[in-house]
Formats: sequence, structure tokens, C-alpha cells
Amino acid sequence: MNAFPAMPGGSADLDLPHIRPSGIEEQPPVPQQLVEIHGWGRAAGAMSHLHGIDSVADAVSALRDGAGRGVTPRGLGRSYGDAAQNSGGITLDLTRLDKIFSVDAASEPPTVELQAGVSIDTLMKALLPFGLWVPVLPGTRQVTIGGAIAADVHGKNHHTQGSFGNHVRSFDLLTSDGSVRTLERPAGGSWDALDDDGRLFWATIGGMGLTGVIVSAVVELQRVETAYFTVDTDRCSDIDDLMARMSTGDNDYNYSVAWFDAVTRGKHMGRAVLTRGDKAKLSQLDPKRRRDPLKFAAPSFGTIPEVFPNRMVNVVTAKAFSEFWYRKAPKHQVGALQNITAFFHPLDIVAEWNRIYGPNGFLQYQFVVPFSEHETFKRCFEMIVTSGHLSCLNVLKRFGPGNLSPLSFPTPGWTLTVDLPIEPGLDRLCDALDEEVVGAGGRVYLAKDSRLTAGRFRQMYPRLDDFLTIRRHADPEHIFSSDLARRLDL
Amino acid sequence: MNATGNPQSLLLLGGTSDIALAIARRYAARGGLRVVLAARPSERRTGAAAELTALGCTVSEVDLDARDHASHATTIDEAFREGDIDVAVVAFGLLGDAEQAWQDPELALELAEVNYAAPVHLGVLLANRLKDQAHGVIVALSSVAGERVRRSNFVYGSTKAGFDGFYLGLGEALRGTGARVLVVRPGFVRSKMTEGMDSAPLAATPEEVADATVAAVAAKRELIWVPTPMRFVMSGLRHVPRPLFRRLPL
Repeated sequence: MNAFPAMPGGSADLDLPHIRPSGIEEQPPVPQQLVEIHGWGRAAGAMSHLHGIDSVADAVSALRDGAGRGVTPRGLGRSYGDAAQNSGGITLDLTRLDKIFSVDAASEPPTVELQAGVSIDTLMKALLPFGLWVPVLPGTRQVTIGGAIAADVHGKNHHTQGSFGNHVRSFDLLTSDGSVRTLERPAGGSWDALDDDGRLFWATIGGMGLTGVIVSAVVELQRVETAYFTVDTDRCSDIDDLMARMSTGDNDYNYSVAWFDAVTRGKHMGRAVLTRGDKAKLSQLDPKRRRDPLKFAAPSFGTIPEVFPNRMVNVVTAKAFSEFWYRKAPKHQVGALQNITAFFHPLDIVAEWNRIYGPNGFLQYQFVVPFSEHETFKRCFEMIVTSGHLSCLNVLKRFGPGNLSPLSFPTPGWTLTVDLPIEPGLDRLCDALDEEVVGAGGRVYLAKDSRLTAGRFRQMYPRLDDFLTIRRHADPEHIFSSDLARRLDL
Repeated sequence: MNATGNPQSLLLLGGTSDIALAIARRYAARGGLRVVLAARPSERRTGAAAELTALGCTVSEVDLDARDHASHATTIDEAFREGDIDVAVVAFGLLGDAEQAWQDPELALELAEVNYAAPVHLGVLLANRLKDQAHGVIVALSSVAGERVRRSNFVYGSTKAGFDGFYLGLGEALRGTGARVLVVRPGFVRSKMTEGMDSAPLAATPEEVADATVAAVAAKRELIWVPTPMRFVMSGLRHVPRPLFRRLPL
């Protein structure tokens, strides 16, 4: 952001009093102010010293000031909870590390080398003209590569492609001693067989920024012929219908996700819209689209203003939205062509949509339980629908195999996501869900979390000690910390 | 403090107060709560620690002597030894015999020290800690007795008036630091402090004060009355002319 936008006509035309730029020696040292930052849910803000980082040297000097409350790396702030904030300490704004160094389109798979602050949005726009594709896309393009690695984000194709970390070939990690280490993805397939660097690589993936600052990375890409998707849509009458269809049909598609109604009770409880698809081939496009098959369609309808009170999501609006969203979907449609925004990122059409929830904010609860815990999954779903807490943006998906990262969220099973406005009693609902999830050997997603207790967290992530061992080794003095780390005793 | 307004660590200054313990029980229900009980060493403190431990809390006990000002810094240091404090409740206080208090200089001084000087001293020490961690809530248990000081218990009332003013001001001073203050003004509370006294209208239980406090912390309130109607009663009483006020049976 340019602080002094150019004036039309140039400043020479204006009759201004003489303003001399002050020399460096004249500037008094500016004390670092505390600024309020928060996650995407806006429910657990923090006052932190925000350091804009323009180079690795900046980040190193910030580490030196980090004694005490520590340092937290931050990208575009799309994690919902308190992962990218550090009350009373230093938070690094890495979004200015936004250079794409090089693309190797000839290798197999193709790769891109880039800085950690590049957003997936920027990267996709840069890659599409070459017919290249980011293999894992979360629900918004407004995340940085560093954040995507640190949270090990997943997308609609997890069941076929795994999470983002699976596609990272290497990255440069600034560790607590001020050195930058290049970590390559190890060949080994088991944790025990890995050396220290291999373990640090996998602990950083999904490590929520607690092993160091990712400054750059090499990411593997896929090829596409078009920027479109062939999509099959099915309305499902209830949760059983939905789960049955997903269980049998998902493997025929690379991308699969369902939206479900979390407001309607009774016979149609859990009615849903299932959308599944694959990348469209050039031959599948109509002549009009074929003229510009790699066109990046990302319409923007502007920014949601900060005017909404609490309780905008109420019984009336939530029911109306759920009815509309269900009815607008075709009952059964095969092979429809959809663009990137329509298929992947409908919420990216408007910026700052989290403001709809009002000043109290909201939280997103996402959990996964193994496929064998089908009944627990349904029970959790029913607990949410009958709780009186209202959620409109609900996602249900099946995960494929996880990876070697000790804190990565995805494991094989059913995952469910709900967006819940902060209301009295929400803590009790979420605590009760935690209990079910733990009992079923499941877990909640740290990038969404803002309320889990340290004890529950430990029960959900059985490989926590693997992570802690690596973290102690890489950062013995806990230079890297965050509100999430303090909350979960990480 | 997490997104749903639940603290993970709680400091009770006056760790054997009925209201403070009722607040701890409310927060403990969720599990995983760390509690620091700061009070004079006593059986009551040990008992409170045992009770909260049984509720699943991790409890540590810290010595607090309100009249020994020199010891306060150590008390606060020890209270923060295990990490950040999300909610700190200033709950200690002394009621004393109202008639004795205004005629016995030693008792009057004791009330002033315990109810005003010590909370101010500890309040500054606490605020410095919360400023450093840039988050946290101080819950200051005040009293409607300080809102309009009356003849029947004016020594106590005057200490609470000072206490209330200090913590309201501290809340203003802490704006923008991430830390905040909630001043709670209960009316008559049936507790060990008021044992043997006649109950007053709009009396509350420690549990009711705790419920209101927990809700107010989550809602980021700065000042509450318990029960709520007390706010309007006191609002009226503040404006009653003195000749009339002294005739009221208060």
C-alpha cells in the first residue's frame, strides 16, 4: 500500500508551502505501537507489535527483539482463531515478501519457487496463462504460501491429492538462531526413518509457525488445459442420503464437497447439495470459452462494510439463506461447466465477508472423525442442528490419507465445518462436541480453532510429543510463540 | 481468554472469598482451568484449593497479606510464575463493625488499608503485568456501599468509594493496552462477610454475583450491578437530598 498516492497533475502544479523531507537523523525513534489484530473469526483479538517484514534481514532483527513474549509469523490473517497473533509480543507481517522467483514449467511435475508472502490468488493469476495449476486450494485464495504450509491447508481434492504440504518440495526456514535453513522433502515414508532435517520439514508443515518463519518455498504444480471445471450437482434429501452418495461416488471425481443445511430439523435434517467435479479439458469447452480457455474469472462485488450488528445471523436469516441455497441448486445436473470462483471460492466474490457476523465475531468448528465413527459423526451433526446455534456456511467432506506431519489436521474420515456466531452457550456446545470427537479418535483443525483447551488438544493429536521434541530442538528458548501456542501449551 | 469468553487461567486475590470461589467454580466447569489462590495461609485456603482441584483445576496457592505492603510485589510475581493470567479477581475485603469502625482508629485504619490502600497497590502491580501480556481482565469486586456512602457504614462505604473510583479509572487508563477492568457492584450479598446480619432488599447470593460476573466478562462489560435493578435504586439514591437521605432506614 502506497501511503502517499500520486496526486493528479503532479505536485509541481500545486502551490504548497515548502515541505522538506526530514533527514534520517532528524527522525526520533518511533516506539513500536500495539495494534489490534485478530483472526478471521474476529472473536479473540490481540494487541501486538506488528512488524512489517521486507526482507529476511528484517525478520532476523525482529527475532532479536523477540525475547519475552516471542514472535509469531502472520500472512493474510485467514486462520480463524488465534494462530497468527501474539498478545504483548511481536507479530511479523510477511505479506510484503511477495515475489515469485521462477517457474519451471518443463519439469515433471512443474514447480514454482516463490516467497512465503505470495498469496494463492496472486500465484494462480501468474500461473494460469502457462496452463499451470496450484494443486491444493483452500476455501479462499486469500492465503499466503507460508500460511498454507504452516496450517497444511486442504481443499476439495483432499481425498485424491492430500493436503498442501504434500506438494511442497522444499522451503527456506528462518529458525530461532537467526539462520536460514533450506529443508528438502525427505524421501522416507516413516517418521522414525527421518533425520533431524526431515523431521523439521514435516513438523513445519502444519506446525502453525512455531518452528520458524518460512521465507520462501518450492511448490509442485499441476497442468491444466482450461480454467474451468465440469461439475455434477446433486441435491440430497437428508444426511444419510448424502453420506451414502459420498461414500460410493467420491472416488470417481478429483474434487468433491457438500454444503448442508444446519438449520432445518425433522425429516429433511441434513439436506444437502453435493458438488463434485474435475478439471475441464479443452475439448469440453464451448466455442466461446475455447477462445480464452485459461481466463481467470474472479469477479469482485466489493467489500462488505463494517456496519452489521450482532445477530445478523438469526433464525429468520439463517432459515431463509439455507432454503435459498438448497433450492438454487439443481436437483441433479451432470457435466455443467463452472469457473474457478463459482466452483471453489464463491465467498471470494466479496471481501471482508466476516463482518456480516457483527462485532462479536464467530468461530468455525471443523472436526474429522474416522470413517468407522459414522455414528459419532451423525451424532455431532445432530447436536449442532438441534443446539439452537445457527450456522449457514456448512461443509461436509471425506478426507483421504494424511501425511507425516505430526500436527497436520487431515486424517482419513468424515470432516464437518460450521460457522457459528459467538453467542452465550456456544462454549458448551463446542466442549460437548470436543468430547464426542475425542471419544471417536478424531480432532479439530487448529487453523480454525480459538477455544480448545490444552488437555483436549493433547488427546486429539497423539503425535504431539513428536512435534514438541522437534520444536524444543529447533527453538529451545521459545522465540516463536503465539496466543494459540500459549493456549495449547505448545 | 478464548473466543467464547472462557479464561484458561484465573487469579483470585482474596482466594477464600465466597464470591471469588463461586466465580472459580463457574469457570472450572469447563475443565482445564489453572487457578492461583492468593490469600493468607489458612485451613479455608487449603480447603478451597482441594475443592477446586477436585473440580479438575490445576491450583497453586500464593500467600497474600493485604496489610503487608512490602510483600505485594512478591505475591504478584508468584501469581504470574506459571504464565499469563486471563482473569484476575480482586475480592479481598473487610466489613468490620460499622459503629466500632468510626470510633476505633486502629480498626478504621485497618479497613482503609485492606479495602483501599492494598487494592490500589496490588491493582497497579497487576495492571503492569497485564500491560506486558497485553491481554487480561481485572474483576474488581466493589460494592453499592461506595456509590452513595451512608451513615450506617460510612467507613466501609468510603473505602469502597475509593476502591470503585480507582478501578474505574484504571479501566480507562488501560484502554488500548489489551487489558481491561470490570467493576462489579453487588448489593447485599449473603456470604461469610455478612454472616449474622439481617438481609437487605435485593440481596444476592455469591453464585448470582458469579453468574453475572462471568457473563459480563464474556460480554466485555466495564461496570455492572448485581442484581441489575440495584443500578436504578442506586441511581435514585444518589440524588436524594441529604436531609431526606439521613431519614431513610438505610
